[in-house]
Amino acid sequence: MTFYLVLTVNSVTFGGLLFLLSAGFSLIFGLMRIPNLTHGSLFMIGAYIGATFVIGLLGVKLNFWLAAILATLAVALLGALAERLLLRRLPGDQLAQVLVTLGLSFMAADACLALWGGDPLNVPTPDGLGGFVRTGIGAFPLYRVAVIAIAVVFAVALWLLLDRTRLGAMIRAGVDDPDMARVVGIRVSQLFTIVFALGAGLAAFAGIIGGPILSVYPGLDQDMLPLALVVVILGGSGSLLGSFVGSIVVGFLYNFGQALLPELAYFVLFLPMLLVLLLRPQGLFGRHVP
Amino acid sequence: MIARTLPIAVAVLALLTLPLWIGGTYYVNVTSQILFYAIFALGLNVLAGYGGLVSLGHAGLFGISSYVVGYMLQLGYGHTAAILMALAVGNVSMAIYALLSLRSTGIGFIMITLALGQILWGLAYRWISVTGGDNGINVPTRPAPFGLSLADSGNFYYATLVVFLLSVIAVAIFARSPLGAALMGTRDQPRRMNALGYHVLAIRFWACLFSGLLTSVSGILFVYYTQFISPQTLALTSSAEVLLMVISGGPGTLLGPIVGAGLVVVVKNVVSGFIERWNFLLGAIFVAIVILMPEGLVPGTVRLWRLATRKRAPAKAEIKTEGKP
Repeated sequence: MTFYLVLTVNSVTFGGLLFLLSAGFSLIFGLMRIPNLTHGSLFMIGAYIGATFVIGLLGVKLNFWLAAILATLAVALLGALAERLLLRRLPGDQLAQVLVTLGLSFMAADACLALWGGDPLNVPTPDGLGGFVRTGIGAFPLYRVAVIAIAVVFAVALWLLLDRTRLGAMIRAGVDDPDMARVVGIRVSQLFTIVFALGAGLAAFAGIIGGPILSVYPGLDQDMLPLALVVVILGGSGSLLGSFVGSIVVGFLYNFGQALLPELAYFVLFLPMLLVLLLRPQGLFGRHVP
Repeated sequence: MIARTLPIAVAVLALLTLPLWIGGTYYVNVTSQILFYAIFALGLNVLAGYGGLVSLGHAGLFGISSYVVGYMLQLGYGHTAAILMALAVGNVSMAIYALLSLRSTGIGFIMITLALGQILWGLAYRWISVTGGDNGINVPTRPAPFGLSLADSGNFYYATLVVFLLSVIAVAIFARSPLGAALMGTRDQPRRMNALGYHVLAIRFWACLFSGLLTSVSGILFVYYTQFISPQTLALTSSAEVLLMVISGGPGTLLGPIVGAGLVVVVKNVVSGFIERWNFLLGAIFVAIVILMPEGLVPGTVRLWRLATRKRAPAKAEIKTEGKP
């Protein structure tokens, strides 16, 4: 019983991390109509930069949360630059844009390997969250519960941003009908940069707060990118609710699959995606087929 | 006519006599690599170039054929059974790929094939009881068709060359056939083709199967060449590498993927002798080609050549007809 309980907590935690990763992926996909194949790399770069700050760079150690914020900002800037300098050069050519993100992801992976080496970095749990929460039914690592709380806070904040602010209304308009949004005077291409930076920052933030759980290693990008893809195919592109539900589903499938069917875990993970593709190609909450 | 056939004849003659003049087993082996990667790239080009369906999961199909050969041999079957089984499994997998991914085109197609490729990679990596996981599968022997042992690198080269030439001829016939023309029609004007009474989905499905066949064939050659198969072969990097061959050479041309395969294999072999950062270079070449020479090296060079030799470029007329909606 405890086994399944722990597994459930782990699943929800992982789902929370995935939500932070895939919310940006889904927004970029919804708005720019391209799967951003650098998203796993942004997650990994965020984790590496954050880990470097936490472990100590040139003898200076930073507080975990400060490091997380710095890494998030740095990667958001990186994302904005990539969009401005490279993707912007290929307007309307989605295929070329996808290929550019693919090329960038290889460069990022190799650069990380050159900079940080092949050994995994272990990120220490932030101060004060190393303990356990004891309840009547069992004990859970405090940090995992904190990650769930952070994910929920971000989900609410993102929902407020998209649903209640002017910027959010513009992004939603861009997702639903970019041409019409342009006609009514929304500068959609500026939205591209904002959303790309936002998505990159969220991915990096997920990377660094996932650090104490997943650790940081070469190949982390390739492990996370397909998960983000599955979440978005499941949930539907451009839909926050879709990312949320998709992330939780994938979190459960991934953890239960690994615990119960370790050899076929990957296959189990992708099965619901195939079902969705066959029965509801636009995703559970999506509005249009990619 | 002579201007067209002469270069082909020279190229074929050069390939036939290659082990005599290239000087060294190493170079013969590199050429064998170029040839089977060229078959792979030709296979992807059928979809990505002629069909406009860019797949990022082809390494999965390539790898599954390799794994089937390795696994069958491990079970104690002969080479013929292993190769036939690999072709069958490769094509059935391609049919499943096609059924799932042809529901969409463009970006959707890329995403679904990418996910399917990752499934196969995940299976190869995790399904340890069958695939050996990270340790991979060793293939102890190469086959000996007609009593000719392919363990010798020269013989292996000639076997690969025969398969390569057959593949090139098959693709050339395909591109000129009604099916090939219809496929290019579905790439440029799917709605019109549909209105004209063509079954767009069926045309794409058959193209997928043809592409899958070439991919399987190259996968089989690959596993016999390296005599080893590991999950790395199925990784996204491999899919991207072969896509780079197609895109760098020139998608939708016959010569393009072959030139692209030569370029990538040579750069990879030569460069990895000097620096460790092959993947970085791969990514950088990718980005540079997509941004600077999106039509690929072969059409790009042809365009430049025409511009240089004739003052009035006939290429302009082609662009005009293409640009019409």
